[in-house]
Amino acid sequence: MRGRVLLSLALLALAGPAWAEQPAECSIAAQQIEHDFPLPQVTRALAAKRLDILVLGAGSSLLPGPNGAKNAYPARLQLALADKLPGVAVKVTTDVQARRTAAEMVKTLGPALAAAKPALMVWQTGTVDAMKSIDTDQFSAALDHGIAIARSVSADVVLINAQYSPRTESMIALGIYAENMRWVALQQEVPLFDRFSIMKLWADLGTFDLYSATKKLDIAERVHDCIGRLLADLVIEAAKPDEPHAESGR
Amino acid sequence: MAKVTTERDLRLDLFRGIALWLIFLDHIPSNAVSWITIRNYGFSDATEIFVFISGYTAAFVYGRAMREHGFIVASARVLKRAWQIYVAHVFLFAIYLAEIAYVAHSFSNPLYSEEMGVLDFLKSPDVTIVQALLLKFKPVNMDVLPLYIVLLFWFPPVLWLLLRAPSIALASSAVLYALMWQFEWNIPAYPQGEWLFNPFAWQLLFVFGAWCALGGAQRLSRWVTSRVTIGLAFAYLLFAFFIAMTWYIPRLAVFVPKFVGDAIYPIDKTNLDVLRIIHFLSLAVITVWFVPRDWPVLKSRFFWPAIVCGQHSLETFCLGVFLAFAGHFVFTEVSNRLLTQVIVSVTGIVIMVAAAAMVSWYRRIERQGPGPRPPSIKPGYAGGDA
Repeated sequence: MRGRVLLSLALLALAGPAWAEQPAECSIAAQQIEHDFPLPQVTRALAAKRLDILVLGAGSSLLPGPNGAKNAYPARLQLALADKLPGVAVKVTTDVQARRTAAEMVKTLGPALAAAKPALMVWQTGTVDAMKSIDTDQFSAALDHGIAIARSVSADVVLINAQYSPRTESMIALGIYAENMRWVALQQEVPLFDRFSIMKLWADLGTFDLYSATKKLDIAERVHDCIGRLLADLVIEAAKPDEPHAESGR
Repeated sequence: MAKVTTERDLRLDLFRGIALWLIFLDHIPSNAVSWITIRNYGFSDATEIFVFISGYTAAFVYGRAMREHGFIVASARVLKRAWQIYVAHVFLFAIYLAEIAYVAHSFSNPLYSEEMGVLDFLKSPDVTIVQALLLKFKPVNMDVLPLYIVLLFWFPPVLWLLLRAPSIALASSAVLYALMWQFEWNIPAYPQGEWLFNPFAWQLLFVFGAWCALGGAQRLSRWVTSRVTIGLAFAYLLFAFFIAMTWYIPRLAVFVPKFVGDAIYPIDKTNLDVLRIIHFLSLAVITVWFVPRDWPVLKSRFFWPAIVCGQHSLETFCLGVFLAFAGHFVFTEVSNRLLTQVIVSVTGIVIMVAAAAMVSWYRRIERQGPGPRPPSIKPGYAGGDA
């Protein structure tokens, strides 16, 4: 708790009063977090006091500008985890590049995993596949393949689905890709971070204005900060060693 | 030749009308009201209903034309219908272009730089428009009409065969469906990928509908009304409902054995997964059981709004696509509160009904009016389109 207060103060000092109410904004969507599947490798890593995470993603894991890398959700995830896991060395590396489909990400996944040796791979995908109307069978197969590769090097996986983007909603058919992602997550017993529903809730409640046209980065940065924090919550909850998980009887 | 009942089955119009409403509700992105639509409670959705009934009515209307006036005249009518649908599709594309161009020049947000890439095709409108005219570039939610066009384009020879050897026609359709799965046939799309509704797959439902219209339904009636079939249909619908619930409540997924999950996922919409067909057939069996053909309420005012929409399906469908664009525009520009979503959804359906009623009225005065022009449509086509 003290760490969070200190962090808030530090952020306050860095970014001004707009950041003051940060955690409350994020936690509005906390009930959207589902952690029905365990993350055994993360549990092990936490016991060993060292957690390496690889974020695999496309354009919506990035923010533009000179401070983009610092403010995008992978860096915020590292910050939030470090804050909540005192004594654990948390390191988040990224393999993020705009406009990549799931299959394109899988192609270079082997070397990326070998370099990062993570206990957890956070995989953001779906948007580009929907924009390019990739065959949904191929999309699902790429997800299965990527998860298998990660597991073969003893890494857990968390999937992140597409952003909620109200203005382009009638132009990108996300639905069928989101469905396939959910099915893969259920089948592979992988937690799904439902970014779409979280952001939709923020938009519906007016927490963040996702409709307005702007060149400014402030809302984008706050959204990414919240996503990083909520993602940290999911990872910690799913990795809790003592909590009996729903599917343990399987 | 197959025996055909002469009176139009109002249940078809009713359920096609309802399917058109559901398609409209599903086409408005993030519409809370779309929670009532059937796709959330099982495997199939309104598209199956629409394609099946379209096949049924096409065979009903053009089958009679083919028997009375021969292959050439009936084929000409079918192709004229396909052309009308093509023109309607191009009209909708023009509206879509206007909408997307508006978003492109009025919206930017660093949070969505990836998503804005979807507007890139505006940089080469020449290619995009030609590809759209070739039915290769199809924007979101504009996949059903191209499927319908292709199905009608090939319909004359299929209808010819259906009238002579219905079993062979249906079997050929099933073989084509099986070959499609085996060899992964589909039509390429632009800029990449393939058709969202694979015509090689969806033709099965269309031909099955046509087969039912040309006497197949009578042949099946003994099976459809048997208790065993109805029981199986109920059981399957329950199973699909439970599986659908695990999508929203992942906690329930523990009760789905691994081999079941491996067997059913992914449920392929593009290629009309067998699970979807069975789901649709189960729905149809239960519907036929609940709603008899001569149910007097079908002629009452209560069902008239849906029936009139179903009778003028092309106009209603196109209007629905346009209204879904407009509805989404209201959500983003005005308000997306729940109340607005309900108002937009209800208003859209009211407009669809009003437009269908107007088309119906106009057809009537064109046929009956003692004006100088001869009636352009032959009477006796039992009101409504294919």
